[in-house]
Order: sequence, then structure tokens, then C-alpha cells
Amino acid sequence: MAETPTPSQTVGPFFGFALPFPDDRCAVAADTPGAVRIEGQLLDGAGEPVPDGLLEAWQGDQFARSGTDREGVFHFLVRKPDAGPDGQAPHLHVTVFARGLLRHLTTRLYFPDEELANAADPVLGLVDADRRATLVARDDSGVVRWDVHLQGEEETVFFAV
Amino acid sequence: MSTNADPVDFDPPYLHPEYRSTVLRAPRRPPVNLPDEWFHHLAGPVFGRVLVGPTDHDLTVQHAGEPIGERMIVTGRVLDSDGRPVPSTLVEIWQANAAGRYVDPGDDHPAPLDPNFTGAGRCLTDAGGRYRFLTVKPGAYPWRNHPNAWRPAHIHFSLFGPELSSRLVTQMYFPGDPLMAHDPILSSIADARGRERLVARFDLDTTEPEWALGYQWDIVLRGSRATPMEA
Repeated sequence: MAETPTPSQTVGPFFGFALPFPDDRCAVAADTPGAVRIEGQLLDGAGEPVPDGLLEAWQGDQFARSGTDREGVFHFLVRKPDAGPDGQAPHLHVTVFARGLLRHLTTRLYFPDEELANAADPVLGLVDADRRATLVARDDSGVVRWDVHLQGEEETVFFAV
Repeated sequence: MSTNADPVDFDPPYLHPEYRSTVLRAPRRPPVNLPDEWFHHLAGPVFGRVLVGPTDHDLTVQHAGEPIGERMIVTGRVLDSDGRPVPSTLVEIWQANAAGRYVDPGDDHPAPLDPNFTGAGRCLTDAGGRYRFLTVKPGAYPWRNHPNAWRPAHIHFSLFGPELSSRLVTQMYFPGDPLMAHDPILSSIADARGRERLVARFDLDTTEPEWALGYQWDIVLRGSRATPMEA
């Protein structure tokens, strides 16, 4: 018998005393070979930082959680994942929670040094060509930089889950 | 046609202007649909790094003294969309204290903080998918969404489940709260049956005599164990 899922409600503004946990931004130890720092800003439709957001990144055995700071900045330390099944380029799953989001958002981060794999990725291939760039991070002197736009001209691609 | 298909979807829309914060934060483009096998049934996050201490389910013993408020047991089952229990999944909760004040430094509601109450808890569901928290009933509190806006008493819940699609953050409300009818966050769920799904049931059998009131609230996550998992 099929059960209807419990509906979602916003995470609200006041989770910061509850959801963080020690070293939550680091899916791996800092000295792990292949560890990369991912950093970005969560922005609203006016281009303003979202200072009360929460992002989670995961892939395989890795999981990290980062609140945003006053400037909307989040960061993660992860081991860059291997290529996925079905010809998928290395990527992270990212969920976004915030006050004003009645349901969380689900997206993907692809890596800037995987141009060929990204070009062949079947998921990116389903996204309108002019919006694919919102899913691909850029290299910023060794930091993987990736901003998330909730709305607006540069609105990030989100996926129905 | 599978009998496992979701019969109804009660999830709120992203844009619900009565809840003002949605206006600049709701994406305006429809989400991109992907074939199931690439996305829907991927194993969800491995949350084992989030440590659950032996007393994390009891929000009344986290300080030297007992918190002020109506002592309350909140318990229920976490189920998949086939109605089967989801065991060993992480449940995180957070809430205001009995006066309607959060510990969060961003909360400037002039109601007293309780030195004996933080308002955060964690537990893992047992083999039968059951969770159980001991806490005090949260108070209602004002917010600035519109003039004379008050949030009904609620407890925030965060759950993982086995898949990417089963991740859920929601809020549990209390039966009979007159503020529910005026709350744009709860009212973002258009269907009354969906709103009812977020209201706990007072249960005399869960109530412990001369100790704590009992509430039951079952949670159904998207997805099911019957669906194939991607390797």
C-alpha cells in the first residue's frame, strides 16, 4: 500500500545551534591526498548573500554539512570523487536548505578540471546548454569555487528528486 | 502502472508569496527531471559522522537542572512510501523553549531563555523504524512576516532515510493550535490532508502517568526499499 510522503517545511532561520556538528564541513581529514576545498556563496534573487542557509554535499562514503556565514559563504573539504556509473563525470550531490525554501533544493557540483568528462556527462547533457555552466565549478588558485544562485539570471540548475 | 506510485503529493510549492521569504529565494525555473536510474534511487548521504550520544534524545537532561515547561514525549515511526519501517536512520530535531525563544543568537524575541534548555536532539530509529524524544512543549513566538504574525508551536525535524530522494526537513505541529490556521508556512501546503500530516496526535497510551504527556507522529519518507538501488 503506497503511503503519501510527509510534506516538507522550511528549515527556518534558527537551526545553527542544532544541526552543525564537529568538523561538519570536512568530509575527509585535511591531510587526505586528493582533498579539495570547495568554497562558494549562496545568493538570492536580488544577488544578496543568504546568511542563514545550510548546504550538504555528499558522494559515496563522503558527507559534509556547511552553514553559510554573514556573506552567504559556505565551504567543504572533500576528496574529489571518481567518475560515476553510466559515463557520469565526477560530481557531488548538493542539497540546499534555507529560510524561505519550503522544500530543499537538490543540485550537482561538477569539477573544473574535467572538461572532457563533463562534456560527455549524460546528466549535464539533459540540461539546457546555456545553463550547464551553473553546475560546473571554477578553479580559483586551487580552490574549487562554486556559487549557488537560488533565483535570477544565473539561477542554478536544480533537479526534481 | 505501478501500485507504488505516490497517490498524492502534498509538498508545498517553492514560491508562496504569503510567506515573504520565498519571494527572492524560490527558484523560478522548473527543476530538471532526470531518469530515475541516474538520480532518484541513489544511496543517500552517509550520516555516520553525525555522532548520536546516549542522551541526545532527551532534551531535558542536557544541563544541570530541568527545563521549565510541559514535559512531553514525542515518538513515532519513520516509514518508506511502501509503509515499511526505516530502521537506523538519523532523526534530528530542534525547537524553541517553553517561552517561545530559541537559543539561536539570531532570535531577538523578548521572551526568556532557559539556562536548562538548548532545544536540540538527535536519535537513530530502532529496528522497527521508531524514534523517541523527551522534551518540553515549545511555545509559540512572533515573527515579522506580516503584522501580528505568530508561528504555531512546532518542532523542526530533519531526516535522511536510505536514498537521495528520501531526505526530509519538516516541522511537526500540535493538535488544536489556533495559530495553525493563520500560519503561511503551514498554509503553503494547499491540501488540508497534507497539513494534517504535520500535526501530531495526542496519545494517552504514550503519556506517562504523573510524568510526561505523549504525542505520536509518524513520518513517511519518499522512496522505498522495493525500488532498485543503483550500484
